[in-house]
Amino acid sequence: MDKFLQLFVSGVALGGIYALIALGFVVIYKATGTFNFAQGGFVLLGTYLTYQLAVEWEVNFYLSTLIAVLAMAGVAMLIERTVLRRMMDQPAFTIILVTVGILLFLQQLVPIIWDEPGLRFANPWLGEVVDIGGVSISHANIWTVVYAGVVFGAFALFFKFTRTGIGMQAAALDQEAAAAQGISVARSFQVSWAIAGAVGVLAGVMLTARGGDALTPAIGFVALRALPAMILGGLDSPGGAVVGGVIIGVAEVLTAGYLEYEWLGANFSSVVPYLVLIFVLLFRPSGLFGTKEVERV
Amino acid sequence: MLRVSDLEVVYSAAVLGLRGAELSVARGSIVALLGANGAGKTTLLRAITGLLGYHNARITSGQIELNGSVLNDVAPAAIVRRGVGQAMEGRRIFGELSIEDNLKVGGVSVKDRAAKQQTRDYVFDLFPVLGERRRQQAGYLSGGEQQMLAIGRALMSQPDLLLLDEPSLGLAPLIVTQIRDVIADINKTGTTVLLVEQNAAMALSIADHGYVLENGRVGLSGSARQLREDDSMQALYLGGTIAVSENRS
Repeated sequence: MDKFLQLFVSGVALGGIYALIALGFVVIYKATGTFNFAQGGFVLLGTYLTYQLAVEWEVNFYLSTLIAVLAMAGVAMLIERTVLRRMMDQPAFTIILVTVGILLFLQQLVPIIWDEPGLRFANPWLGEVVDIGGVSISHANIWTVVYAGVVFGAFALFFKFTRTGIGMQAAALDQEAAAAQGISVARSFQVSWAIAGAVGVLAGVMLTARGGDALTPAIGFVALRALPAMILGGLDSPGGAVVGGVIIGVAEVLTAGYLEYEWLGANFSSVVPYLVLIFVLLFRPSGLFGTKEVERV
Repeated sequence: MLRVSDLEVVYSAAVLGLRGAELSVARGSIVALLGANGAGKTTLLRAITGLLGYHNARITSGQIELNGSVLNDVAPAAIVRRGVGQAMEGRRIFGELSIEDNLKVGGVSVKDRAAKQQTRDYVFDLFPVLGERRRQQAGYLSGGEQQMLAIGRALMSQPDLLLLDEPSLGLAPLIVTQIRDVIADINKTGTTVLLVEQNAAMALSIADHGYVLENGRVGLSGSARQLREDDSMQALYLGGTIAVSENRS
């Protein structure tokens, strides 16, 4: 039972990371109707920025993370303003390919700037665990759940109660009608990209801390493992990103912890998210919380 | 209050939407903008509200002035802040949001919370059904109720000039009469109304002045009474009779 609880908590923490990355995908998809593959690049660049600050420049780790969050929000807004804004009247497929291009660009850029392989990340929680009722939980997992909880709580309040948040919801549904009500659609797009950039940093930092202390550029592609979480929750549902993330995270960790059939392969747990995804989509094609359009006939 | 001079609008750099349209709306009045499908009525509203860009269209000549300042290149959000509210053709409510959230979206340009609350109460007074069902998803409202929500949402920005695009379209006669009376009530509070309609009888029954657009330019204009009595109006738009009673309350 202890093993189960330990794995379960670890799975929830991994789910929190997937949920953060999925939130980045969802918020841009909702606002612009575009699927942003560059999200993996935000995770990658944001994590390396945190490394630069915390390790190379010896800034406090938490402050480093905060600065990287703000910096990546700015970078994402800049990319939206200079690249994506010009593409808005292009077909969705063209825009998606541009985001793939941005991901590949960032994937090449990072090893050029940080050219030493196997960097050591300043993981402040390395090896630290807390014992709760006989169950050992790592500090990294606790902080991950706290970070994810705070981000999603703040996000929900922002969307429900701020003028920008309400405007973003409206712009996501009907850009022209939103503009006719006085909402700056361009600003909604920018804020969406800023949120995606910011949550990408947090997810990348927690993903790296979870794995120990090694930092490699592969983290950008690891981020794409959050895709099943987003699709499972529903492409346009931030709440769905949380539930989808936790389901996928728990399924992945429990599989890795319990499944011991060698013929399935050592990394079978990486396939499990996609199996869960296919199974759920068979019964709910819009995902668990995806919007079914309401139209009077 | 609003003056449109010699306005020309082009769609996709090729198709003329407006060809020298002229129009003037006096403060406190109701002005009806009439015309057949494709005459340019909605294009003129899009030009006034800065929404032409969403339709790959632009103003190529002419001018739109609101209270003496030119609106030609002003962004839609800034136009709303200058006091122009709009209920769009086809209602365009946010079906997945609640009625209350739709109204919140309408009031996004108003910073004063108390004023916003007051306007919301006013909207619920005008359309009690919206107040009763405020937490329901707007997509489930009937056509008439959606039109009420579209007008209520436009009122939330506390406009000096309210643009209404075909508010009677597809509604039952009883609801059309109700909407017409509400428009007259809104006007009585001092809000200027530019009413775009194909239902000329309804529009002219409450308007002070009217314009008839034909192929992108004004073909006919005059006081509502003059237009009601005009022979060509009778033949083309009014079917020989005024179909909606004129007892403006």
